Amino acid sequence: MTVPVTRKDLMIVNMGPHHPSMHGVLRLILTLDGEDVIDCEPILGYLHRGMEKIAENRTILQYLPYVTRWDYLATMFTEAITVNAPEKLENVQVPQRASYIRVIMLELSRIASHLLWLGPFMADIGAQTPFFYIFRERELIYNLFEAATGMRMMHNYFRIGGVAADLPYGWIEKCFDFCDYFLTGVVEYQKLITRNPIFLERVEGVGIIGGEEAVNWGLSGPMLRASGIQWDLRKVDNYECYNEFDWEIQWQKEGDSLARYLVRIGEMKESIKMIQQALEGIPGGPYENLEVRRFDRAKNSEWNDFAYRFKSKKPSPNFELSKQELYARVEAPKGELGIYLIGDNSVFPWRWKIRPPGFINLQILPELVKRMKLADIMTILGSIDIIMGEVDR
Amino acid sequence: MIIDTTEVQTINSFSTSGFFKEVYGLIWIIPILTLILEITIGVLVIVWLEREISAAIQQRIGPEYAGPLGILQAIADGTKLLLKEDLLPSRGDIRLFSVGPSIAVISVLLSYLVIPFGYRLVLADLGIGVFLWIAISSIAPIGLLMSGYGSNNKYSFSGGLRAAAQSISYEIPLTLCVLSISLLDIVEAQSKYGFWGWNLWRQPIGFLVFLISSLAECERLPFDLPEAEEELVAGYQTEYSGIKYALFYLASYLNLLVSSLFVTVLYLGGWNFSIPYIPIPELFRINQMAGIFGMTIDIFITLAKAYLFLFISITTRWTLPRMRIDQLLNLGWKFLLPISLGNLLLTTSSQLVSL
Repeated sequence: MTVPVTRKDLMIVNMGPHHPSMHGVLRLILTLDGEDVIDCEPILGYLHRGMEKIAENRTILQYLPYVTRWDYLATMFTEAITVNAPEKLENVQVPQRASYIRVIMLELSRIASHLLWLGPFMADIGAQTPFFYIFRERELIYNLFEAATGMRMMHNYFRIGGVAADLPYGWIEKCFDFCDYFLTGVVEYQKLITRNPIFLERVEGVGIIGGEEAVNWGLSGPMLRASGIQWDLRKVDNYECYNEFDWEIQWQKEGDSLARYLVRIGEMKESIKMIQQALEGIPGGPYENLEVRRFDRAKNSEWNDFAYRFKSKKPSPNFELSKQELYARVEAPKGELGIYLIGDNSVFPWRWKIRPPGFINLQILPELVKRMKLADIMTILGSIDIIMGEVDR
Repeated sequence: MIIDTTEVQTINSFSTSGFFKEVYGLIWIIPILTLILEITIGVLVIVWLEREISAAIQQRIGPEYAGPLGILQAIADGTKLLLKEDLLPSRGDIRLFSVGPSIAVISVLLSYLVIPFGYRLVLADLGIGVFLWIAISSIAPIGLLMSGYGSNNKYSFSGGLRAAAQSISYEIPLTLCVLSISLLDIVEAQSKYGFWGWNLWRQPIGFLVFLISSLAECERLPFDLPEAEEELVAGYQTEYSGIKYALFYLASYLNLLVSSLFVTVLYLGGWNFSIPYIPIPELFRINQMAGIFGMTIDIFITLAKAYLFLFISITTRWTLPRMRIDQLLNLGWKFLLPISLGNLLLTTSSQLVSL
């Protein structure tokens, strides 16, 4: 019997769309050489729902419940961008109070998103306890959201020209209490995680992205700021009323996973500062620009005719988008979230292109995992902070 | 079990009657059954403890429906696993697949033979003593490799290889620590100075190295990469279901119990009460050699110390993240091995100097 010749073949392993790691339905086809990773091919599309096509047949008001399903952990940002794009298109003014309320909600949502990034990140590295601690804080944020908007997660809160309802009585005091409590929570995380030697060994020097490389790949958000580039859309674009607060851009120089972790923890602390300043300085006034809702109603309008009474999906007079195109963007917790909107002189947009931060940031994954060990893939994937709802739309 | 002479005489008096002759022949089975019962209850207690402690750390409550305070949860889990379908992979090696978990469990169970629970309360008073444990625990990686290979699954194979590498690399620091302890007279010497006579203080480095190595041998966090959920979907245990999965689960907790018992005997003073200046030991010392009461107290003290170590190991599991496989092997070979060698050197030189 001949001795079988051992061939040196590379092992192809499929980390399928179902896996206990908490990253959503992402499929990775890995080529391994023992423990080292040679190549990685991500396969997307398992959560594609046709969001952009659906938008071509909905008015903005009808489309708002859909947008929170893109990034379902930082929902206020998706609503903000959906509302900002038509506001810029039609040059709609937003009252001061509405702007402050929006900023408070956005920063609370940023904290919530970073918290739910931290839990699965630590769980992938192996410490399963912080996962329970972040939900403790996130439940408090949910309570605040529920009091103001009526829903814990998929609030349908932002409207063109402001917000849907004003803050309830006593909400501001509760929010102050939350800010004070949360600062102690962040200190707890620092003590438990940041100086833990096992954590540092797993995370330091893993997945390094240089500054120029980050710009070339089109990254944004904490991935860009962790590589030494101080680019934050809240300072660059000056949208809403961010220029009235006193805050710093959080950035690090190294570009490894530890730097991305530190940037996000720093951003959480900065958000608390911003919320406190906004709560102290919130002005009175209207919370929605009601001019937006005033449409020319002609007498004997065709909308009251027999033909329109018993047919569905005929939208009533609504906010019309003129025939222009523009690109609007916000600084979402995961990166730069943008909408490229082409209006068509009707209530439906002609083209609603979503620029998801997760999709663009995910492109660098195959580049980063080459020559890393199998266990590092989870660390790197976790530090990129993707959410499949917006990657696949 | 070595029985005291008075008890042997009483038992011999039974042998005069013909019926009891056969029973007397089988009397050796009673201590073994007692120990097995004790171990089983020990595993149930550990499972319950782990769930309650992890729940407390994570700010939630543990099991509360199966029995009062959730005590019967482990039995409920075991019964459910017994009643599950026993899946076999279609193209895997069926014999290896079936035998793998059994080898892991058998090697751990055999290590219980040499643990002393009290003065001369050992199942097998062998001359080699604790080295039997080290030798037999080296058989466990074979079981893991068999399970990983027989599963016909790339993940399981990879996990089995990692588990075997980890087990092998942490055996050597373990052995060296135990070697340096065996140069000192183990439990007798620890009783001389009460609390301060524990080997813990005479061999602090050895204690720490033994702690880390035994956690790595049991594949508990921070060393549980072979069963890491996120990467390998339970590693070599992936394809198992039903009673074979329960055997792996059992082997893990049995291993933990045996490690903690060894830590108590070697480092924490064994069955001695060891807290000085409390008149209770004097009271008990009168009863020490005379009867079951003394032996029960000794067993109780050993178990209490073992559960203290278990508490530390469970808390560590739920606090620290996991180490990567190359960092793990680095720790074993490049860090713990030289330290334990140095420890051995220190111990031998101090023995030579003090004579």
